[in-house]
Amino acid sequence: MRKEYLTVENIVGPLMLVQEVSGVSFAEIAEIILPDGGIRHGQVLEINEDKALVQVFEGTSGLTPGEVRVKFLGKGLQLGLSRDIVGRMFNGFGRVIDGGPPIIPEKYSDVNGVPINPEARDYPNEFIQTGISTIDVLNTLVRGQKLPIFSGSGLPHSRLAAQIARQAKVLKTGEQFAVVFAAMGITFEEAQFFMNEFEKTGALERAVLFINLANDPPIERIAVPRMALTAAEYLAYELGMHILVILTDMTNYCEALREISAARKEVPSRRGYPGYLYTDLSMIYERAGRIKGKSGSITQMPILTMPEDDKTHPIPDLTGYITEGQILLSRMLHNEGIYPPVDVLPSLSRLKDKGIGKGKTREDHAGVMNQLYAAYAKGKAAKEIAVVLGESALTPLDIMYVKFSEQFEKEFIGQGEGENRDIIASLTIGWKLLGMLPATELKRVKQEFIDEYYPSKQL
Amino acid sequence: MSIAVVQETLTIEHRVLVPPGISGTVTAVSPEGEYRVEDTIAVVSGEQGETRLSLFHRWPVRKGRPYRSKALPNSLLITGQRVIDTLFPIAKGGSVAVPGGFGTGKTILQHALAKWCDAQVIIFIGCGERGNEMTDVLTEFPRIVDPRTGRPLMERTIMIANTSNMPVAAREASIYTGITMAEYYRDMGYHVAVMADSTSRWAEALRELSGRMEELPADEGFPSYLPTRLAEFYERAGMVETLGGREGSVSVIGSVSPPGGDFSEPVTQHSRRFVRGLWVLDRQLANARHYPAVSWLESYSEYVEDLGQWWESKGFPEWKSLRGEIMGLLQQENRLQQVVKLVGPDVLPDSQRIVLETCALFKNAFLQQDSFSPVDMFCPLEKQVKMLKLILLFHERGRRAIQKGATLVAVRGLTICRELMRMRQTVKNDEIEKLDRMAAELDRSMNELEARYERR
Ligand SMILES: Nc1ncnc2c1ncn2[C@@H]1O[C@H](COP(=O)(O)OP(=O)(O)OP(=O)(O)O)[C@@H](O)[C@H]1O
Ligand SMILES: [Mg+2]
Repeated sequence: MRKEYLTVENIVGPLMLVQEVSGVSFAEIAEIILPDGGIRHGQVLEINEDKALVQVFEGTSGLTPGEVRVKFLGKGLQLGLSRDIVGRMFNGFGRVIDGGPPIIPEKYSDVNGVPINPEARDYPNEFIQTGISTIDVLNTLVRGQKLPIFSGSGLPHSRLAAQIARQAKVLKTGEQFAVVFAAMGITFEEAQFFMNEFEKTGALERAVLFINLANDPPIERIAVPRMALTAAEYLAYELGMHILVILTDMTNYCEALREISAARKEVPSRRGYPGYLYTDLSMIYERAGRIKGKSGSITQMPILTMPEDDKTHPIPDLTGYITEGQILLSRMLHNEGIYPPVDVLPSLSRLKDKGIGKGKTREDHAGVMNQLYAAYAKGKAAKEIAVVLGESALTPLDIMYVKFSEQFEKEFIGQGEGENRDIIASLTIGWKLLGMLPATELKRVKQEFIDEYYPSKQL
Repeated sequence: MSIAVVQETLTIEHRVLVPPGISGTVTAVSPEGEYRVEDTIAVVSGEQGETRLSLFHRWPVRKGRPYRSKALPNSLLITGQRVIDTLFPIAKGGSVAVPGGFGTGKTILQHALAKWCDAQVIIFIGCGERGNEMTDVLTEFPRIVDPRTGRPLMERTIMIANTSNMPVAAREASIYTGITMAEYYRDMGYHVAVMADSTSRWAEALRELSGRMEELPADEGFPSYLPTRLAEFYERAGMVETLGGREGSVSVIGSVSPPGGDFSEPVTQHSRRFVRGLWVLDRQLANARHYPAVSWLESYSEYVEDLGQWWESKGFPEWKSLRGEIMGLLQQENRLQQVVKLVGPDVLPDSQRIVLETCALFKNAFLQQDSFSPVDMFCPLEKQVKMLKLILLFHERGRRAIQKGATLVAVRGLTICRELMRMRQTVKNDEIEKLDRMAAELDRSMNELEARYERR
């Protein structure tokens, strides 16, 4: 029988201080028993001599020192796992919330995972086709990559993520694929949107959902991505499945972290976020990848809304420092009615070069990618000059570039929400647009590919 | 002093050192043969009593290893990266910081240096960065052949992997572990290069640990001793005469990841004080996919002055003046660009627009270097000098042609000019003489162009 402590001395924000404890260890899980018999859960954040600082997941409202009893369970936060978690929905604490029967676990895993030795990793290099031109051609996603979407409030990041989840596939067949979806502090409508999406496309049967809504306790948010990734690791590395993990919204996660940090009176770093935000985020994002000798993989697509659309805000900034690129959404394109409003120039997939080319996509891919990018950049720059100095300041060639960039936004960036373009279709659109420029301008593409793919004049 | 040698890899001969501070008479020596690392192979008696020496010894990592004397670094650490060797070189034994926001190319640059620089031993410290990047090195380096030794690069490389999700205490220590290993090989008489990616993560580890010990925070929460620690780290670089009388060096290249890409933060600011070179990675250049995104306006190298003689001794006496010339043009271009921004390029006369043209050529054909292209990723010095000369020749001849009445459009339209634009991709390292032919062709085309205008 484990000891129950009545010695809660102090409750501040999401934290409570328990005194005169013994044999309690760091990160241990505690049960907090309310006078009415209700149970909440907490985790030991810090131990100082005989005092334990406990973070209460469900929040501390309604808890009074002296009235609650605390029981330490002698183990860290764990998730019960079995094949049956697929198709089910859990709360941030790993409890089933879809009304179905509980999971009978085959095993329990610590939700914090263990860092993977780089030696044991397999380098990600397998092309994932998302059916979205701006991603597939320009910012190619590969299996095992962590590629976040940097968005802003009101932008269609959820629709984009759902579309990717629906369409993503590898050009090989016969592999098991599943989505692990973690919602942190999003609205009921947003969660419902994903749910409907998954249901409509039958994806729900191959999805595991961890849901913490905006009105759920913020502290529970800290556990959500860890739960989700623990489930993902089990499915990927033990059952050999290919997992796409969608984490949304990381900004809410970071806010929760800040809240705890403030309650602990820690010295804040930039904009009040704790100094360990980078380390904490990396413990989430680094849990993507592939492992030698295991057939499964974990690909991560975290979504975050940039406060005030500011890319230098600590949340996107630190995320960018950890992930392997970023897909940026543009408010301007969105306002112009272009979906998905991917801001091509500052977006980057750092692993793109490993996943494209002959045998993976097509031999001209790299050239087309660089050429489209360069031409679009040039067109936008020319457009800016035209805004300041007037069209007359442009040379005929510049004008061609401007036209190109406008058409590029409409036809290449823009596509339907239900439109699933395969890579060949995307490259074909790319070539069609490049056909608006004289062939001599295509300096980034090898001549042999120009000969083969450059649209002839008759068209 | 070394007392024995072991062939560590086919590239590296491990020279077993007498630990610093031990001296006296050798009273026993084991014969040549096979030993375990901890076996005694010699005994030294001296003031400190009897010391048994084995194939290894221990050293506290936070303390710099002693040497006989430090020398001024005055030979180039060849990196094969044009923007570095030609514009902002680092000397063997030098130290450079590479600040840049996320995705600006710090790691790719560090990897390029680890692959191609002419140090004999490479220590790569992955300090609080991505696991996949370490995996990349681990899978790639055994496959890449070192052009100098013909052996896999891995044989000269030591990696210290402390990824971002590993314990911060180990992250804090990793920098010291790396630099101590570097000094150890230096003491064997090797030229060693240390890449630390990223020193900011190390500084943050320092901050985290300091916070936990409830020390008083200074600037942005960093402990007040941050500058001291940074200075101590960079001070351990240098060209030395070792205690055993050999020449060895440790060069240090540390990347810096400023929050929000803002260089006014403490780690960037303090690092600047302790290094002699700065390769500033520019967000705008990176966004324009101009790689390496080293800013030619903000970067500097204090080694330029000391390296002129070295270049001369290698048969390139003209390096310094060529460098001066192109740097001058870049400055001029910068001023002209401001004008262009205000009133458009049309206003400038062709005699000035040729400066923009030359600089555009220089940026595209010379400064940009593709780390993933087999032809372009490493550029020998001879090729660098010849490419630069070609670009300056283009400028000289282009200017003259314009003086004689040719238009910029006509100059730009020459076939050879388009070839110059692509030369970094088309001229392989074993056919550098092609560049001479291109120079001849450039002269010929320009002569022809001038003649056309003179006839008018
Ligand atoms: N020399 C180069 N040649 C080609 N591509 C490059 C080069 N340098 C950088 N890149 C591109 O830029 C991307 C980001 O580079 P890198 O990973 O080195 O950035 P970083 O500065 O280390 O970022 P972080 O601080 O987030 O680690 C690469 O994945 C690659 O696509
Ligand atoms: Mg990096």
